Amino acid sequence: MRYSIFTLLRQSLTGHRGWTPAWRDAQPKDAYAVIIIGGGGHGLATAYYLAKVHGITDVAVLEKGWIGSGNAGRNTTIIRSNYLLAGNNPFYEWSMQLWEGLEQELNYNAMVSQRGVLNLYHSDAQRDVYARRGNAMRMHGVDAELLDARGVRRMLPFLDYDNARFPIHGGLLQRRGGTARHDAVVWGYARAASDRGVDIIDNCEVTGFLREGANVVGVETSRGTIRARKIGMAVAGSTSRVARLAGLRLPIESYVLQAFVSEAIKPFVPGVVTFGAGHFYISQSDKGGLVFGGDLDGYNSYAQRGNLPTVEDVCEGAMALMPAIGRVRVLRSWGGIMDMSMDGSPIIDRTVLPGLYLNAGWCYGGFKATPASGWCFAHLIARDEAHEVARAYRLDRFASGHLIDERGVGAQPNLH
Amino acid sequence: MRIQCPFCGERDLSEFAYHGDATFQRPDPDSPEADRNFYEAVYLRDNPAGPHEELWYHAAGCRSWLRVRRDTRTHEILAVRFPAPSDT
Repeated sequence: MRYSIFTLLRQSLTGHRGWTPAWRDAQPKDAYAVIIIGGGGHGLATAYYLAKVHGITDVAVLEKGWIGSGNAGRNTTIIRSNYLLAGNNPFYEWSMQLWEGLEQELNYNAMVSQRGVLNLYHSDAQRDVYARRGNAMRMHGVDAELLDARGVRRMLPFLDYDNARFPIHGGLLQRRGGTARHDAVVWGYARAASDRGVDIIDNCEVTGFLREGANVVGVETSRGTIRARKIGMAVAGSTSRVARLAGLRLPIESYVLQAFVSEAIKPFVPGVVTFGAGHFYISQSDKGGLVFGGDLDGYNSYAQRGNLPTVEDVCEGAMALMPAIGRVRVLRSWGGIMDMSMDGSPIIDRTVLPGLYLNAGWCYGGFKATPASGWCFAHLIARDEAHEVARAYRLDRFASGHLIDERGVGAQPNLH
Repeated sequence: MRIQCPFCGERDLSEFAYHGDATFQRPDPDSPEADRNFYEAVYLRDNPAGPHEELWYHAAGCRSWLRVRRDTRTHEILAVRFPAPSDT
């Protein structure tokens, strides 16, 4: 069913009784050309682009729970491409460009809203760092503007400009950045992939890999054995767990990242704002809730919930930056499990096992990467070669020393 | 989350700093496999969902290093002790 104003009118006149499910309820077949493990944004996008760009429609997406029940439903919905390094910037910019055309592409309202992402700076040194990043972005053809304090005040008059400890000197603004509706992204990709013949199979947990010699030729699941010529893993958050089933040890640790939403208030925060002196970022959802987050809880975790010291730290960041929201009540908080790679950058690569492909290590950055991650992972699986903008995301870069250290602080598993 | 420090007693998480996987063993730099071994020791992790051996530093307390066994699925602290020389 194609969605349009005419479909909506027709359904309105007939009591909305004719809507059909957005995607087919597929039963697993015995074999597929390609299996994607993980029915989150990345997995579904991969399946969609395999079908759309590469004509491979004999694809199954296997999801342990229901689709979008992992990190796709637990992020803060920010999209941006304000990266410094040559290994990252073209990839995230390609993702940004795919976001810009996503809704027409999928015939689905993903509520992509380019309301701007502003990173505030609070010292001369930080201004220089941001200016460098902005220049790098512009040299890659990405929009970036360096605002001074007056420019920030014009945009966000409600920030605390009298804060002696963390004075706001300005900010780096990417106007094309913004937010998108996370669930709609999942549903849109699922629907579009299903329409092209992809089987989306939920409640199907992978419990082992079928091997023939070194080759991976299928998976054991809670719904039976399924064979495939190629298998892609897109299970960020559980990557180490699933990889262990294939005997792989990876440069990844799992950490919990908390996020928060407040009660709904009238339109207040116009875009995405990040505090540069602590770690705090905030935007306002279309329903009116303030959506915000900050640092990782700094220890290995698969618990999908965090602890109070981080809650306190995030709220202190909020109060230092915008005391005006001090009396707004927090409605909910939740935690998602991050694949923290050892350099803060993702992995889209083959593994040492022929037939098994890896998409992992997204750290904080998975949501914004969804379209390009799917695009590049599909390219890798279909053609057995890395896509041009994802060439740096090699699994062997940790052994060879070609790390992508966006933050510039050396290899450790708790980077942004 | 609270950690039972063997010296100070049960203390809040905010007093501690995390130092990660405690099973790290420094490889022999003179081994012909040193490159590979250092790569594995520095970068690769078991990252288990379940009991995890890890190091915590009681920064705002007695400043002891602690070896903690904790379930990463529930944050339950299973055991705490001072590290032994044989751990490294």
